[in-house]
Amino acid sequence: MMSDAKKGDLVQVHKIVLKPDQRPDTLPESTKAVPYEGWVKGFLLDESANFGDEVNIETLIGREISGVLAQVNPIYDHNFGIPQKELVYIGNESRRRLKR
Amino acid sequence: MDLSYSGVLSRKKDILKRATGIDYGEFEISPIAFNYEGLMRTCEYSLEDAMGILQETGVGQTPLVELKNLTELVRSISPPGKGGRIFIKDEAANPSGSFKDRRAALSVFNAKKLGYRGVVAASSGNYGAAVASQAAKRGLKAIILQEVYDSRKVGQPEILEKTRACEGYGAEVWQLTVGPELFYIMLRVLEETEFFSASLYVPSSVKGIETLGYELAQQVFQREGRFPDLVVITHAGGGNVTGTARGLKIAGSDQTTVVGASVDLRGLHMASDIDFNRKSFTTGHSGFGIPFLTWPDRTDVPRNCARGLRYLDRYALVTQGDVFYTTELLAKLEGMERGPAGNTSLTAAIPLAMELERDRILVVQETEYTAAGKLPSSQLTFAKENGIEVRKGNPRDNIPGKVIVIPERIEQIQIEEMDLGKIRQSYIRNVLEMTKVKSPIEDDILFIAEDSKSSVGFVRNLVDSAHGERADSV
Repeated sequence: MMSDAKKGDLVQVHKIVLKPDQRPDTLPESTKAVPYEGWVKGFLLDESANFGDEVNIETLIGREISGVLAQVNPIYDHNFGIPQKELVYIGNESRRRLKR
Repeated sequence: MDLSYSGVLSRKKDILKRATGIDYGEFEISPIAFNYEGLMRTCEYSLEDAMGILQETGVGQTPLVELKNLTELVRSISPPGKGGRIFIKDEAANPSGSFKDRRAALSVFNAKKLGYRGVVAASSGNYGAAVASQAAKRGLKAIILQEVYDSRKVGQPEILEKTRACEGYGAEVWQLTVGPELFYIMLRVLEETEFFSASLYVPSSVKGIETLGYELAQQVFQREGRFPDLVVITHAGGGNVTGTARGLKIAGSDQTTVVGASVDLRGLHMASDIDFNRKSFTTGHSGFGIPFLTWPDRTDVPRNCARGLRYLDRYALVTQGDVFYTTELLAKLEGMERGPAGNTSLTAAIPLAMELERDRILVVQETEYTAAGKLPSSQLTFAKENGIEVRKGNPRDNIPGKVIVIPERIEQIQIEEMDLGKIRQSYIRNVLEMTKVKSPIEDDILFIAEDSKSSVGFVRNLVDSAHGERADSV
């Protein structure tokens, strides 16, 4: 059966760094109620793994870290967003004012 | 080894001493006062040395550009005879796209010189990318810790772009959820790796910015035969203001008015999981700007070298909508497409230029690069997705975390001038409260006066009235 990731794949792993009760009491309620979590990328060291497995990876600087497999070949999907009608008039209007 | 939150924090003094190479204890005079210039001198490079180090990795010597079209537009709405000349220092031209390269360049150079194998920085912004880039150039490893996600795993697009940049430079990046425990992680990573702490608040980091102030003063002098009348500097942690003001002084530009500018995010809580993605600016805002003026020693090192209140002549707030409008102006009127966060000071410069006579010179101290996640359209799309109302209108109607109002006309861009007198009062009260000192000594009064750009008389009055309050409450 094909696994989600194999040795050498670039993957992202997830870690629960602190559980809610391990977090400092000085936090706002909404923050204290949730765990403190982290994600880091690296190359899979185990032969194969599936999402949800605890795995070992080598980070981009060569450190060995363990975590739960979250993504394989993670994509950067932040983008330029949708053109905003609240902004599109600004350039032309300012140019018109300069020409007057 | 105790890896709990309190356990690790209890070891912070030793961890940081090893990770910065500085014994802060040497500079303490009293619980209140410390030898600031002495601490700054532990970074033993002269300004010339610093500029040489920066040049080695392609940092600095950025263009100073006169924004003639914007100046003309501002003059058209100014009172007769007013509308100063607006210049901008294009710091986006630095290798990783911002003035932060100047801070990272010295820090990383230092780390290498002291024999560290790697550097660690806690930064969700341009500083992380700058450290990663400089580490790549100097052959050191870099670990960058970022606060990226709320508990729904929704990431601020600007920070996701920084993750991409840092990984692009080969750094190991930790993306964390909201919380001040970023400092705890930093300490753990420093303890484990024995890497150098590339803190924003150590002497070398502030010294790096002195080159910026010095350069812009020199550039104006060479072109115009005199120094700038006013410099506007985006303010958050204080390093930008501190370094630039010091650099201006070294260049001889000691009559220049130093103005700090921040985006107004008052009302939002910086450690709140809910508020985290209700803002469009991750730095350069009041959430850092005000606390770092009223209590600078809240940092990852015992004494903060970034001390904004020591150097600010004025402090102005602008709204999120104003900055997005200005970002559009810069692109469409001047052909410079730059990231919105880096246009905070340009935004404040518009109403400030209207106060000045036409032959006066105003310099906007920075720009930053732009990319996916950073353009106004990315931020406004994200804002709408997170329940923020966005509309055109009067920016005074904005509500941080709820409503962003884009001005309809440039005339509507105004600054909210912060009362530095009140801020100084808060600072002095905080000093007494945080140090628990009941009777400040002469050295303390002198230190506080310098640290708040006020006077011994002003400080004594406040200390006496604070005593009066305490006596009453007994």
